[in-house]
Amino acid sequence: MSDTADTEQRGEAPVDEADGAPRRRVSRRSLLGWTGAGVALGAGAVGGGVAVASLPEQRSQPSSGGEIAFYGPHQAGISTPVQDRLHFAAFDVTTDSRDELIGVLKEWTAAAAAMTAGRDVGEGAVGGLAEAPPDDTGEALGLPPSRLTLTIGFGPTLFEKDGKDRFGLAKRRPEALVELPAFPGDKLDPARSGGDICVQACADDPQVAVHAIRNLARIGFGKVAVRWSQLGFGKTSSTTPDAQTPRNLMGFKDGTHNVAGTDTAALDKHVWAAPGDGQDWMTGGSYLVARRIRMHIETWDRTPLKEQEDIFGRDKGEGAPVGKRKERDEPNLKAMLPTAHVRLAHPDSNGGAMILRRGYSFTDGTDGLGRLEAGLFFLAYQRDVRKGFVPVQKRLAANDALNEYIQHVGSAVFACPPGVRKSGEWWGQALFGDKR
Amino acid sequence: MPAVRRRPAAVGATSLSIALAALALAGCADKAEDDAKGAVEVTATDSKCEVSKKEFAAGHVSFAVHNKGSKVTEVYVYGAGDRIVTERENIGPGTRATINAEVKAGDYEIACKPGMKGDGIRQKVSVTGKGAPKKTDPRLNKAVADYRTYTQSQADETIPVTQRFADAVKAGDVNKARSLYALSRIGWERTEPVAESFGDIDPKVDVREDGLEKGQDWTGWHRLEKSLWQAKKISADDKKLADTLMTDLKDWQKRVGKAEITPTSMANGAKELLDEVATGKVTGEEERYSHTDLVDFNANVEGAKKAYELLEPVASENNKALTATLDREFADIEKELAKYRKGDAYVSYDTVGKDKRKELSDAVNALAEPLSKLAAAVVVK
Repeated sequence: MSDTADTEQRGEAPVDEADGAPRRRVSRRSLLGWTGAGVALGAGAVGGGVAVASLPEQRSQPSSGGEIAFYGPHQAGISTPVQDRLHFAAFDVTTDSRDELIGVLKEWTAAAAAMTAGRDVGEGAVGGLAEAPPDDTGEALGLPPSRLTLTIGFGPTLFEKDGKDRFGLAKRRPEALVELPAFPGDKLDPARSGGDICVQACADDPQVAVHAIRNLARIGFGKVAVRWSQLGFGKTSSTTPDAQTPRNLMGFKDGTHNVAGTDTAALDKHVWAAPGDGQDWMTGGSYLVARRIRMHIETWDRTPLKEQEDIFGRDKGEGAPVGKRKERDEPNLKAMLPTAHVRLAHPDSNGGAMILRRGYSFTDGTDGLGRLEAGLFFLAYQRDVRKGFVPVQKRLAANDALNEYIQHVGSAVFACPPGVRKSGEWWGQALFGDKR
Repeated sequence: MPAVRRRPAAVGATSLSIALAALALAGCADKAEDDAKGAVEVTATDSKCEVSKKEFAAGHVSFAVHNKGSKVTEVYVYGAGDRIVTERENIGPGTRATINAEVKAGDYEIACKPGMKGDGIRQKVSVTGKGAPKKTDPRLNKAVADYRTYTQSQADETIPVTQRFADAVKAGDVNKARSLYALSRIGWERTEPVAESFGDIDPKVDVREDGLEKGQDWTGWHRLEKSLWQAKKISADDKKLADTLMTDLKDWQKRVGKAEITPTSMANGAKELLDEVATGKVTGEEERYSHTDLVDFNANVEGAKKAYELLEPVASENNKALTATLDREFADIEKELAKYRKGDAYVSYDTVGKDKRKELSDAVNALAEPLSKLAAAVVVK
């Protein structure tokens, strides 16, 4: 398959330089991913050395109004540039009928193709029958596509639940779609874990992302029901190495060494399922691990700067690894504490294992104890969960100094099929055995 | 390329010809002689109902009634679906009465009801003039008429059972009042959107404490519910409120036949019953003291199903897939509710855990979403 065409198709909108903003200037907007008017901070505020060739991902609207192609060999929303906002939903399938489930997937695909192109669902939000509710819920009227991507995944329970082959899919379950083992320190809430199907909606405008999930949920009523969902307000990783690495809620750049969307060799090696990996229907797809990680940010904020930097293994301003000057300097792992986060998560500590991270910060109000219910909604794509997330997380859960400040409270794993190649095809078509 | 969301071309222009009953009522019965000239004469006997003309112009119309029979009679003017345009009761033998109304173009029926009962002896009349008569489908008119009968029967049946409830309250019998409370609400819950269309009755009989407006006295079922289950005793005020409840419900019983009902309002009323379930019952807010929410839940579903069944023959012609889905989802939700059946009532809702409530909520969403599309399937094009 051709990744070249894919990359071209999904290329970002050209940078609008009309505002004449000097590239060295780091705006608050681009720091936090806000789309409001950019408030320029002095470059020194983040260490001064953030020289980046372009900042396409930090554009505010309308220049981020571009359309990411829905059709292609891989689903958009994995290797495509990371947008600012997330609405992620996990669904339970409530129908027992395979045909009804297929019906939902077909309707969803059509709606997803429309919404990612900036169009309304069905016959639209206005102008229809006065006595009937409109097909589209309407809150995205007048908004540009905002780089909306919709990415679907299938959870283990879709294939088999309580020993039951619900939809005749049990023999098509990929071996790589494992239930994650229990990791030390996990405190998983079943109501925020699992799910038969997931949809990841990413966009630069939160309203566009929420609109997408809301309309898909509406289409699905009676056949699928939302099990849990998560909003993310700020990206924490990027698939475009030229762009500035976003910060997590601990104030650190974490995810500098991510798989780049343009690095087809790394994508093929670490992200896309290949022929011979197992189930053929997954070829060109990827496995997603979602973890809701609560951060104890209040105690973190009381931690001395030096300790914070030691825990991560990076300096806080520039993001440079211990003993280095620049964020992207090759880290010297041995210079870090054995429990440093970067050291433990680095591919060199994990037999070369890499995962494509695409997580978002969240703050779901407060926890009733006067603290923010905040953290990282971790999303990672990989070719095989058993070689990607599982070994890395085993190492982290056992040793990471950061564990004192975080807790994994939700977990799910999904097999995300390859892309829908053209109009008329639908999400999961190869899984359900239709000829493509 | 980065298209701003297109505004879809207006598709609905023709469909705006809703089957709204083509008339507006300004019934004023007591201006006897004002418009006697040109009046439509209605001669009522014990076996006949004769009208002087069967076709007349739209606008202000007087009906001059003369009861030549031996029984007290009443005269009704019905629009499509037996909607009452205007009516006059208690016209004694040998007496005359004049009924005035604003009547729009369309087809009507005039009914004389000797002995003041039954459907009456009917005469078809047509009113012409401004605006062509709206297209109607006789099957839908029948559905509306049958639904109107249903709403009336629900009100009629509610009165005696609520009277028993009120009597128990007035007797200070907490246990007996508790046993009759949920039962007394069933007829109301089945037809709530119609009752609510009057605006003034619902706030008197079915308001919850948090729904009160500033300065509004709390009356009705839920105040008594709070006394019975929370205070566990009946105050002197409660006894008075039991009478007030009866007065207000009798007002409803008397007026329910005049409600504006159309095929689309029936369909959307069915959907509104599910909205009631979704916002009040599934959450346990409606019956927060008695926890009899599932009784209301079931009554809401029954009322929605009644409206649906009456519309189904036309709806299935227009959208077979929709009615197939609705048939299935009604069956599903009934099955779901049956799990909580206990004797001839339901388990207390406070015993239904969060997971189970989610299942009920999913079933409500599964039914309510397609039900919201029923109106489009019964619009007369």
